[in-house]
Amino acid sequence: MKLTINGLRQEIRSSNIIDLLDELDLKKEKMVIEINKKIIEKEKFNETNIKENDSIEIITLVGGG
Amino acid sequence: MEETLKIGKFEFKSRLFIGTGKYESFDIMKKAHEASGAEVVTVAVRRVDLNDKGKESMWNYIDQNIKILPNTAACFTAEEAVRTAKLARAAGLPDWVKLEVIGDKKTLMPDNEETLKATKELVDEGFTVLAYTNDDIVSCQKLEKAGASAVMPLGAPIGSGQGILNPNNIKIILENANVPIIVDAGVGTASDVTIAMELGADGVLLNTGVALAKDPIRMARAMKAATESGRDAFLAGRIPKKLYASASSPIDGIIK
Repeated sequence: MKLTINGLRQEIRSSNIIDLLDELDLKKEKMVIEINKKIIEKEKFNETNIKENDSIEIITLVGGG
Repeated sequence: MEETLKIGKFEFKSRLFIGTGKYESFDIMKKAHEASGAEVVTVAVRRVDLNDKGKESMWNYIDQNIKILPNTAACFTAEEAVRTAKLARAAGLPDWVKLEVIGDKKTLMPDNEETLKATKELVDEGFTVLAYTNDDIVSCQKLEKAGASAVMPLGAPIGSGQGILNPNNIKIILENANVPIIVDAGVGTASDVTIAMELGADGVLLNTGVALAKDPIRMARAMKAATESGRDAFLAGRIPKKLYASASSPIDGIIK
């Protein structure tokens, strides 16, 4: 299905957050996920389903001042 | 007795806050952090780069005892800043934030109206807010009244290295503040830090002055010494400035 991740349209096979992070091969350290501007708690990654046209933000912490 | 700096529920011995941006490498950053003696470092909240997953993690280079202070850099509205602070908290950071709401891209000057709005919302959400603002007493007092745990007037524009452009403004802010005042932004070299601390600032937050110095590790060490000597000089109490000389050696007993 097609959805938006970090502003880019992507074709994705996964149907929940945990699978999506694996599919994208992302480290889960200091990471936070927003689906349609709603923060998803880490404990709920497993049970949180994603659907067509969702807007997902995968956020982390980087160097800054 | 060793004095400490209290910001909300947090307490520190070091009065120097330092950034994690712009370093040539994580290794240099780590060594600069060590040399600075800082107990707090700032970080930014950004999208994961989906095209560069092989990047080494910055977290391997930040000492576990250092407290991480997320910023809301590049936010232009209260709404964006509140969202960013909540994301940082959800990522596992403490519930505090260096609140920064920018009003102008070129000068990176703060938008005080939006900063004030975001401060109120974040305080209501239980955040300890350290609010970056202009070096004017009205903005600082409004943020204090809104519940900011620390107010952070700029010394000069972010990353400009111009130093403390208006020490009188900083002094007036300090004389009337009931929360810690951290001079944030604009520091270029050690003497800038010392000037802020001698005025009575409770701390200094800087990034570029160290990260882009020719030798960041040595500059971090200089900034540490500058923070401590400025603080000591403030506590010791400087002599008043006089127009004319005052001899240091006795007048009596001069050999004739």
